[in-house]
Amino acid sequence: MLAFIVQRLGQAILVMLVVAFVSFSLFQFVGDPINNMVGQETTVAQREALRERLGLNDPVPLQFVKWVANAAQGEFGLSYRMGKPVNELIAQRLPATLELVFLSAILALVIGVPMGVYTGLHRHSWLSRAFLTVSLIGISLPTFLIGILMILIFGVWLGWLPTFGRGGTVALGFWQTSFLTLQGWSHIVMPAFTLALFQLTLIMRLVRAEMLEVLRTDYIKFARARGLRNRAINFGHALKNTLVPVITIMGLQIGALLAFSIITETVFQWPGMGLLIIQAIQFVDIPIMSSYLVLVALFFVVINLTVDLLYYAVDPRLRVERRVAAV
Amino acid sequence: MAGRSRRPVLEVRHLEVEFPTRRGRLVAVDDVSFHIEEGEVLGVVGESGAGKSLTGAAIIGLLEPPGRIAKGEVLLDGERIDHLPYDRMRRLRGNRIGMVFQDPLTSLNPLYTVGRQLVETILTHDDLSAGAARQRAIDLLAEVGIPSPAQRIDQYPHQFSGGMRQRVVIALALCANPRVVIADEPTTALDVSIQAQIIKVLKRLCEEHGAAVMLITHDMGVIAETADRVAVMYAGRIAEVGPVREVIRNAKHPYTHGLMGSIPMIGHDMERLVQIEGTMPRLTEIPSGCPFHPRCPHAFGRCPRERPELMSVDRSQVACWLHADARLQSNSR
Amino acid sequence: MPSTRACGWSGGSRRSDAVAIRAIGTEQIRPGVGARIVDGFRRFLDGDVFYSFRRSPVTIVASVVTLLLFVAALFAPWLAPYNTYDVASLNLIDAFRPPAWADSGDPAFLLGTDDQGRDVLSSIMFGLRISLLVGFASVVLAALFGTLLGLLSGYVGGALDSLIMRIADVQLTFPAILIALLIDGIVGSMLAPAARRDFKIYVLIFAIAASLWVNFARTVRGSTMVEKNKEYVQAAKVIGVHPALIMLRHVLPNVLGPVLVIATLSLAIAVLTEATLSFLGVGVPVTRPSLGTLIRIGNDFLFSGEWWMTIFPGVALVALVLAVNLLGDWLRDALNPKLR
Repeated sequence: MLAFIVQRLGQAILVMLVVAFVSFSLFQFVGDPINNMVGQETTVAQREALRERLGLNDPVPLQFVKWVANAAQGEFGLSYRMGKPVNELIAQRLPATLELVFLSAILALVIGVPMGVYTGLHRHSWLSRAFLTVSLIGISLPTFLIGILMILIFGVWLGWLPTFGRGGTVALGFWQTSFLTLQGWSHIVMPAFTLALFQLTLIMRLVRAEMLEVLRTDYIKFARARGLRNRAINFGHALKNTLVPVITIMGLQIGALLAFSIITETVFQWPGMGLLIIQAIQFVDIPIMSSYLVLVALFFVVINLTVDLLYYAVDPRLRVERRVAAV
Repeated sequence: MAGRSRRPVLEVRHLEVEFPTRRGRLVAVDDVSFHIEEGEVLGVVGESGAGKSLTGAAIIGLLEPPGRIAKGEVLLDGERIDHLPYDRMRRLRGNRIGMVFQDPLTSLNPLYTVGRQLVETILTHDDLSAGAARQRAIDLLAEVGIPSPAQRIDQYPHQFSGGMRQRVVIALALCANPRVVIADEPTTALDVSIQAQIIKVLKRLCEEHGAAVMLITHDMGVIAETADRVAVMYAGRIAEVGPVREVIRNAKHPYTHGLMGSIPMIGHDMERLVQIEGTMPRLTEIPSGCPFHPRCPHAFGRCPRERPELMSVDRSQVACWLHADARLQSNSR
Repeated sequence: MPSTRACGWSGGSRRSDAVAIRAIGTEQIRPGVGARIVDGFRRFLDGDVFYSFRRSPVTIVASVVTLLLFVAALFAPWLAPYNTYDVASLNLIDAFRPPAWADSGDPAFLLGTDDQGRDVLSSIMFGLRISLLVGFASVVLAALFGTLLGLLSGYVGGALDSLIMRIADVQLTFPAILIALLIDGIVGSMLAPAARRDFKIYVLIFAIAASLWVNFARTVRGSTMVEKNKEYVQAAKVIGVHPALIMLRHVLPNVLGPVLVIATLSLAIAVLTEATLSFLGVGVPVTRPSLGTLIRIGNDFLFSGEWWMTIFPGVALVALVLAVNLLGDWLRDALNPKLR
């Protein structure tokens, strides 16, 4: 077990280093960073001074090391487009994204898992077929289209909900939250549902597929042959065996939610990280792009490590001996 | 031999199992009849695909759809159990009919301890306290020969070796004291060295619990060691059924004869192993008349035309036209 | 232990059995290619796959819809009522017309016009063209690359296998859309501004392919490892057939079924990914708008009530993706031996 953790940790660090290298290299490719930061009137001498001050004349490996050291402390430099320090921008935007992702995750789980269990147990009922049809449409509808439709229906035509932004937020220390006011909730509801919908259908289909697979196994057959009640079979055996791999996949779902939050934020003009990175890509704002890359990589690496550990905690087979990854 | 006056524990009469497919109706088990007396071990032997497992599944009511029992009856202690409503059948399973499957690795839920699975089964059929159920589970584990049962009861299936796991499976199948145990290839997935042990355990436990056994296998050696009577199946039908010694030494159906000849036996001088030409027909291409006739060295005029029923010859029953004449001759004396 | 099993071949598909017999040196007269294709097609029509197709009305509808959309995209330059790329032909008077059945609609513009006077129906057809172009190109690229790596990984095994699978695992920790977005953004930013416009579409195709190759690689690797242990492959190895030839001629055909399923489902994902990236403004260049671009442009006018500019391209996109998904689902069930 320890060997496994050490190996995964090593892999994580390796990934982070590679990502850091890529992030750092971005700066090398896009021309002179000095030009992006100063106006046209600055003299050559001033530029040289700035270059020296920023350490841009040092050999590249040294720059890399310095950059990594800075990054580890959260120091990412100044945004080209907005001139403000990157970490300030991130700190400002992160709560918005995190709250959105959190609410969506809960929605997707609370609705998706029971639907999946139901359609797995009652394969041929009309309700199952209805759910499946809706889910198929759900994964064919791109998130942005869902957002647009929701805005159209609930915002423009019915006028029930606000269509952009976060509305009023309440400050909890440095964290701006939407959850404490009705206005905040009215703003977060549509984006959260939009974001959740895609994941919800995925979770539903996943749980269903897993459930069907489990119901076909020999141990379920043997359980029936022993005369166990349906309830015991479905909810005692089948459900537990279904949820074990599913629970661990939920962790990866959070990652997917983060990715799709970019789209949702764009549609609803939600002032989070997603909007930041899109604007950064459009304007080739390297500091933001590179810091986003590093942060996102860190986020995913941590999630995956947690998921791996969760697998260990939940599946007794892994606890005793090291499991070779299945094909 | 069990007394003939007592009713057999399990009786199968003219059982037919069919599979509707787009190519038509496939009959996988065709007019199969046999019975098992109380405490007796009936071996059911035949090649892969002969219909043995399906017969077992049909008896315990676990046929996978679209398979269904088209005709025939299954009687347990004289009462019909085919086509029972689901819940009544469920109560019989484990309680009056038990089943042991082939692969012990996949028969046990890997996420629950062995004890939990045992206790759950015990409590489903018997009204015991949790403590009593646990004790019964520990006793069962001791019975099947698991060392240190009080500790091992809380272990997970993957912590047992293959042979130990199958012992646990046997314990599970017998924990509610069924009258009949259907063992479907119980040793096929195990190491050769362990097979004999497990068969002994199975036989011993069934004797001690008074359960009859329907032992399904393709392995004649196991049958020779363990069974009282044996039924030989071919292409979904029974070719021959009778006492084990009789069938082995004095095989009456040409197919059985071929099977016996294909077993290498120590102490017997044989020039070469008999190999039966050809293969067992697929369900879609079952020959007319006697299904074995294309491969039979003794086939004659009647064989491709009419399907033989089981006829009594000596102490066995055979489905072969060769013996119809013999019976006529003996009847005419 | 004595067994009653009679002698016979075990395992190997029919096709590979035939190949193995050939490999062992038996002379066989091979029918001509044309005859084999006709025969294959006849067997297909007779087989289980086509049967399950005929029985599923949903799948038939899905394939008809897909075919219609493909044709519309492929022949857009000839089929579309107007050429929306021709700036000179645009007339601002025609701008903002609602669909033909609405009040101020014009039957000449069936689905209405956009802010520049472009016919929405024609825009959709040309947009479909771009969307499908990018979609197909990325799937083909991903399939080629992924299948090749999968074959190598599965067949050669060892360190190469570990390396490839490790990279795949790492990549799988990130959602596909994020990978596509980041590659697109990063590679895009590495190009000089002038080159950026010209090469953007290739960068996009590469980015989407990069997010999709893993599925192909893993599945092909799995199938390869299964096939590798079968007797016909071992027979070929013993005879001394070159490993590359073994992989291409023996293993590959048996592996193509799952690849086809994944390719179909990947097409749907690729189209969605491209649409999403274009909607975000980082996809195809605006001069050659895809469906996603059209939706984005139309989105700006949603609040002023001109809904048709966004909704119709949206419907087209959903129809395409849904139809392809349905086909892919059916294909997966039809080709799955476990469910037959």
